[in-house]
Amino acid sequence: MKILVPVKRVVDYNVKVRVKSDRSGVELSGVKMAINPFDEISVEEAVRLKEAGIATEVIAVSCGGAASQETLRTALAMGADRAILVESDAELQPLAVGKLLKAVAEREQPQLVICGKQAIDDDANQTGQILAALMGWAQATFASKVVVEGETLRVTREVDGGLETIEVKLPAVVTSDLRLNEPRYATLPNIMKAKKKPLDVIPAADLGVDVAPRLRHTQYSEPPTRKAGIKVADVADLIAKLKNDAKVI
Amino acid sequence: MSHERESMEFDVLIVGGGPAGLAAAIRLKQLANEKGTELAVCLIEKAAEIGAHILSGAVMDPRALNELIPDWKEQGAPVTTEVTEDRVIFLNETGGRKVPTGLLPDCFLNHGNYIVRLGNVAKWLGEQAEALGVEVYPGFAGAEILYDETGAVKGVATGDMGVTREGEQGPAYQPGMELHAKYTLFAEGCRGHLGKQLEEKFNLSNGVDPQTYGIGLKELWEVPAERHEPGVVVHTTGWPLPADTYGGGFVYHLEDNLVAIGYVVGLNYTNPHLSPFEEFQRYKTHPEIRKYLEGGKRLAYGARAIAAGGLQSQPKLVFPGGALIGDDAGFLNAARIKGSHAAIKSGALAAEAAFEAVTAERQRDELTAFPEAFKSSWLFDELHKTRNFKPYMKKGLWMGSLLFGFDQKVLKGKAPWTLHNSADHDKLKLASECPKIDYPKPDGVLTFDRLSSVFLSNTNHEEDQPCHLQLKDASVPIAVNLAKYDAPEQRYCPAGVYEIVRDDSGSNPRLQINAQNCVHCKTCDIKDPTQNINWVVPQGGEGPIYQGM
Repeated sequence: MKILVPVKRVVDYNVKVRVKSDRSGVELSGVKMAINPFDEISVEEAVRLKEAGIATEVIAVSCGGAASQETLRTALAMGADRAILVESDAELQPLAVGKLLKAVAEREQPQLVICGKQAIDDDANQTGQILAALMGWAQATFASKVVVEGETLRVTREVDGGLETIEVKLPAVVTSDLRLNEPRYATLPNIMKAKKKPLDVIPAADLGVDVAPRLRHTQYSEPPTRKAGIKVADVADLIAKLKNDAKVI
Repeated sequence: MSHERESMEFDVLIVGGGPAGLAAAIRLKQLANEKGTELAVCLIEKAAEIGAHILSGAVMDPRALNELIPDWKEQGAPVTTEVTEDRVIFLNETGGRKVPTGLLPDCFLNHGNYIVRLGNVAKWLGEQAEALGVEVYPGFAGAEILYDETGAVKGVATGDMGVTREGEQGPAYQPGMELHAKYTLFAEGCRGHLGKQLEEKFNLSNGVDPQTYGIGLKELWEVPAERHEPGVVVHTTGWPLPADTYGGGFVYHLEDNLVAIGYVVGLNYTNPHLSPFEEFQRYKTHPEIRKYLEGGKRLAYGARAIAAGGLQSQPKLVFPGGALIGDDAGFLNAARIKGSHAAIKSGALAAEAAFEAVTAERQRDELTAFPEAFKSSWLFDELHKTRNFKPYMKKGLWMGSLLFGFDQKVLKGKAPWTLHNSADHDKLKLASECPKIDYPKPDGVLTFDRLSSVFLSNTNHEEDQPCHLQLKDASVPIAVNLAKYDAPEQRYCPAGVYEIVRDDSGSNPRLQINAQNCVHCKTCDIKDPTQNINWVVPQGGEGPIYQGM
């Protein structure tokens, strides 16, 4: 079984993002980027399926600028066999990425696509679903456990109030939730080896799909800063404050 | 665990991706490319990316960069804001007295220098190094020095990953890797934890003065355009520190409405109640300083110790199998308040010596050509001229300034005497003998508390790993530090790592170490009164993520 794992280059989750002073977007210049954490979990799951003898090949794919090669190298260092960059410097919204991934999937013919449930930059939570719909494949979203049984996937999903286990037929798209696994560290020997693994670059234009944005951003703003709390002297003071200042009781 | 580790051989290994390490890497590959020889050069860096652990003022003297990469402008170096004006101000509580430029010694003049975000410069140097064929691996910390059977340094091992707090192998455990080389250059910056071991193992500090340090705290602000004066360099001394405590502040007007503001406190301070962090916060409220920041927004925060002892405190630079470069060997020029040029120059000189040795098929001996080349370089002359700055300043702000001014303006740095440094850690007086300092509460606009500051350093550490701040004796924090000095680590740590916690009744104090807050400044390793705290590297890729600091 061939597995395709889409990965996205996003602002590192440890970095506090900041809106540009003209509110046209989030400041990205000089900011540390990293692989989207949910995509990292997807790579890990695919590599584990390969190590378990279920998958035969793991292909990482990313859509974006040349710098996304770095993100693909991370996936390769974790154990992906090869990588594909669909190169484009344009803004790529989930629908465009879905279409580009469909084109890649048609070339590569994977039986399974595992992607993150969402990217931590735009939090869209759409790409996996869009890809499944475009391909006409089954989808199993928010996966916290994936078991392959022949031509069937048994996927445990994290839903409100508990866990739901569903079965889907392959080929399918799975989107990873946080508790699916704990990704491995990319070791130095594996990073060295990853430099020599194949990484193909395909210009997005060569795939012949319309990637024009369908959504327009009007403005970015930071959430209001939380006011500092106060200490109350006693219960009577608290009740008075809740009544008179906060007016909640 | 060492039998599980893979190993790899290089000609030269460099530990640390700051200006010194990267300059060495670049120089090595330049020489190899010029001579058409193969040379395997590897550089590891504990930060998640090159530049992410760099924190500096910084005004940069381009002299060393001019030598290393003469066309740095064409190559797009982020070195663009030329210094237009120097303002040196002696502050008192309400006002300040600007020193006329004509009275300033040359070392305080920055004409021809640039205001830079040194983290960005390092990042750019990293790209240059990679383009030349250096193997650059950020995210990997040099955790252990490896020695060969003759006792010479044969490289370093990177740290194990996924070790639990109890020291056991967790589910994500991955052993470190051994990196072997003919020569290993240590460029960890001030108070490198491997450099410290090397100094001890090879007695590199025999016959020199103890190193003396400062802690530098810095914030990056975006200010309204009307308050921004690109190219202006402000240095202040005096308030809020008492005259017997060495320190001072800086305000550097960068490009893009950015202002770097910082404060340095000499770690030989004596009052255990002193808090460098709070001094810095208070500093910003001075009318001469707040005028630059009002209406602005703080974007980033961080701190780093600096080595200030100069030539007198410089350890022997070489040992069998390698060398110390940059601030790992204390190359900073405290009088000029800059060290990046010295770091670059020292790295380049060490690289030349290492290249010559490798070409001559030598390995793991002493690179004696490096200290020799240093002694005949402009860098030595520069450091020699200002060597008495820090010792003069021990005499207090006014006397120190007067003496250093005389030394520089009249004697031109050629005084027939060389004054000495002493260690910082034993300078604290008893808490009971010193006045408490009543620091104002932060206003959340101009001044801030530690935790909201640390938040802006983007620091991060896996919690389930052995504590990287090791106590040699677990009883000392309470029995000595709290009893005698009112636990000064609570105040000198700029990141709130050290906290004395008590039970509900306010008794049974114990030291809690919030290691995940650590910004890798190394101050605790330096200032702890009994040298009971040992800073070691946590997992690679952790710590602060500074963005052009």
